[in-house]
Order: sequence, then C-alpha cells, then structure tokens
Amino acid sequence: MDDMIKVFVIDRDEKRHMLDAPTDMNMNMMELCKSYELPVEGTCGGMAMCASCHMYVQSSHDISERSEDEEDMLDEAFFVEDNSRLGCQIKLTSDLDGLEVKLAPIGE
Amino acid sequence: MIQTDILIIGAGPCGLFTVFEAGLLKLRCHLIDSLPNPGGQCTEIYPKKPIYDIPAYPSILAGDLTERLMEQIAPFSPGFTLGERAEIVEKDEDGQFILTTNRGTKHRAPIIVIAAGLGCFEPRKPPIDNLSSYEDKGVEYIIKDPEFYRDKKVVISGGGDSALDWTIFLAEGVASEVTLVHRRPSFRGHPDSVQKVLDLAEAGKINLITNAEVVGVSGDANLNALEVKHKTEGMMSIDTDHWVPLFGLSPKLGPISEWNLNISKNAIEVDTFDYSTNVPGIYAIGDINTYPGKLKLILCGFHEATLMVQSAYKRIFPDKNLVLKYTTVTGKPGL
Ligand SMILES: Cc1cc2nc3c(=O)[nH]c(=O)nc-3n(C[C@H](O)[C@H](O)[C@H](O)COP(=O)(O)OP(=O)(O)OC[C@H]3O[C@@H](n4cnc5c(N)ncnc54)[C@H](O)[C@@H]3O)c2cc1C
Ligand code: FES
Repeated sequence: MDDMIKVFVIDRDEKRHMLDAPTDMNMNMMELCKSYELPVEGTCGGMAMCASCHMYVQSSHDISERSEDEEDMLDEAFFVEDNSRLGCQIKLTSDLDGLEVKLAPIGE
Repeated sequence: MIQTDILIIGAGPCGLFTVFEAGLLKLRCHLIDSLPNPGGQCTEIYPKKPIYDIPAYPSILAGDLTERLMEQIAPFSPGFTLGERAEIVEKDEDGQFILTTNRGTKHRAPIIVIAAGLGCFEPRKPPIDNLSSYEDKGVEYIIKDPEFYRDKKVVISGGGDSALDWTIFLAEGVASEVTLVHRRPSFRGHPDSVQKVLDLAEAGKINLITNAEVVGVSGDANLNALEVKHKTEGMMSIDTDHWVPLFGLSPKLGPISEWNLNISKNAIEVDTFDYSTNVPGIYAIGDINTYPGKLKLILCGFHEATLMVQSAYKRIFPDKNLVLKYTTVTGKPGL
C-alpha cells in the first residue's frame, strides 16, 4: 500500500515489534505505539507537555530537529541521549519507512 | 471528622462540576485532591492552553475553565481537603464510608465519587534500580522543609523552576554544599532564576554540573554517593548526604487500585446507567472510568457527573421521588 510504512519499536524488554504505520492519518510515533498497545503513556495527548513518550531513534533517518518545547520537556525525561526524542513529535511520513526506535526507561 | 453527602476524590473539572449538579439536588460535597490547587490536569499540565470543545465556549483556556467552574460551584460552598491523597476507604456500622488521607484526615459520607482522572500527580522517579532503598534515607522527591537540609551536602537534579529555586534557596546559608546536576547547559526555568544560579556557580557558591545526569546511587544504610555520567568527561562520583531529583509530576493510579474495584487498564469499570462501580455507593466519573465507547473528554465527564448524582440521591433518599427541574425554573443556584 502506498500510504503505509513499516517502523520498528524495541520495547523495554528488548522485544522488537514491526508495526504497519499509515502516513496519511497525521499520526505520530506516540499514537502509533498506543494503537498497538505498546507501553507508551502519552499523558498530554501529544503536545510535548508530559515527557511520557520519550524514545531513542536508533536508525539514521533524518527527522526534523527538536523544537524548543520538546527540548524543554526532555528535561523531565530520564537518560536523555543525543538520539532522544518525544515520540509525539515524530510525525509519520513516507520518508520514515524502516524507522527504528527504542522506548526509554521509566521509573516506577 | 469531616461529614458530607458526597465525597469527591479528585478536584479536576469533573469532580468540580459534580458539586454543581449535586448542589441542585441539595446535596453537599467535599473534595479531596493531592494537588495544592483544584483543576486536575487543566491546572497541572496545560493551564495556558485553549480548549475548543467545551459547549458554548469557542475557546477557553484550561486555567480559565477551572476558574469558571469554581465560580459556578461557589454558591454550594463545597469543602476542600487539598494537598492530601485519599488513601484508605472503610465502612462504619451505619454503612457510611470513612475515607482517610495520607495525612490522617478523616472524612465520612454515604457516597464516594471517584473523579481521579489519570490518578494522583506524583513526582517522577528516575529509573535507577536500587533507588527505592534510599527513599527517605537521603533521596527525597519533594522538599517539604528546607531546614531538613541545614549543614548537609545536597545534590539537586532537574532544569525547571523548582530545581532552580531550591538550589538558590539552599545555597543561601542553609545547606553546607549544593550541587545542581542538569542534562544540558540551558534551563527552561524563569530567566531571573537561571541567571541567579549561573551567578552562584560563578561565585563558587554552588557546584553546577551540566551535560550530566545522575545514573546511580550508593551508600550504606543511608545514601552517601551518586554516580554521575557526564557527556564528555565520562563517569564521576559525588559524595552527598541528599539527592533531590526534581523531574516534574506524572499521574499514578495509586491507592485506588486497592479498594476492591473492578479495574481494567488503569481505569475503573462502571455501569453506564449511573456510573456506579462494583462497590455499591462508590461511583467513578471522568477520565478514571471506563466503559464501552468511553472518551476521555471533559464534556463526557460533565454528562457522567449529572447522571451519577441522580443515582446517588436515590441511594441517600430511597423514599423520595426526584423531579427534574430546569435551572431556569429554580433560579439562582444555592443551598
Ligand atoms: C494537554 C492536554 C490537553 C487536553 N485537551 C483537552 C480538550 O481539548 N478537550 C477535552 O475535553 N479534554 C482535553 N484534555 C483531557 C481533559 O483534561 C481530561 O479529560 C480532564 O482533565 C479529566 O477530568 P477529571 O476531573 O476526570 O480528572 P483530572 O483532571 O485528571 O483530575 C483528577 C484529579 O484527581 C486527583 N487525584 C487522583 N487520585 C487521587 C487520590 N487518591 N487522592 C487525592 N487526589 C487524587 C489528581 O491529583 C487530579 O487533580 C486534555 C488533557 C491534556 C493533558
Ligand atoms: S505525549 Fe506528552 S510529550 Fe509526547
């Protein structure tokens, strides 16, 4: 299908999931993970206001840079690395086919 | 003991609106919230964001919505227990519920309404394995009394206002040594506070370690050292008496999960006839409940509150008949 890409999500138990992701529904990685019932909270609904969708981008895809809001919100995330992103700020577009992300650890 | 008709857990929009609908039926309400202010998510997460799907408000800031709700329920003089978490629910010999908070405040009511949203907002805890073994033994997630840190070595983590403000406060003659660890050189806090922290660091009054993160804790019975990972300089160790990680709040279901309610995926199952739970006398409305077709929206929570109080009324006064009266007919609300 034209409007579908495949992305890979490594969960906190190191399990790798292959997800079919629509690119014509204005979805982001946080929403995609939730729709597959992967453990991503998405408390703020995707407004870069809660840091509950912290993930690492493991593939070399070119994703738009972190906005200031996203950068600020990452201050409330743990183990932030150079490849850290808020999943809700990663828009699913056709150039992200093959994207691989890993869910960041969360405290109890 | 605080006595009321309807005890509401959670002062978010749905809990607040319950007071209005209950008030129309002459039922008194008391609200408990772990946050210091009412408004729930609207206050805690997005007070400055406009909401567009509140009927008759083409746009309203979440903070303003809370204010309007407070204004709307004021005539019914609800009681508030703020800054305390609803912890234990029991029943007394008269069949009334006794609810005790984490601070020991007791409340008594024939009806409990859980409007707990996504749960209690609690400090985010870093995912460090042995962290819990040092909680209250050197690791604290909130600063209750700054005197506690007098002449102690303290490390604070975080980049927001609370991290900055406490760093400044403790550095000014309270703690013997203050270190602020933050993941990047810039801070999202108030520019004045940022400047102050940079000045304190410049003057050697605090240790400011940026591009770094605490990744490990160690000690004997009490915490005595932190392992810090620096982006360019690698691992280092800091001796300290206390570590206060300040990474904001996130909601946790908390004690509600122990009240024998049917829970599925962190939400309380209810009957959509009246939003009652499996425990007679306990209702659940708003984001905390679940049923087929549930939508976590303020509008839907308002509707749930309205139907729920009718059922609550019939439980309290089984012999009385309720007749729906328009507010336009009853006139200006008040008890
Ligand atoms: C960024 C964002 C944008 C949103 N935008 C919209 C929108 O446009 N339209 C819309 O309709 N909805 C929106 N929502 C959702 C809306 O905010 C929620 O549906 C609404 O807040 C739910 O209200 P509530 O009263 O059920 O719970 P909450 O607002 O979650 O309040 C629950 C309260 O209960 C307290 N609590 C929980 N457990 C306990 C306990 N054991 N003891 C004491 N207190 C406790 C909590 O501290 C909290 O204050 C948005 C949410 C977010 C985060
Ligand atoms: S969902 Fe809240 S920051 Fe992404």
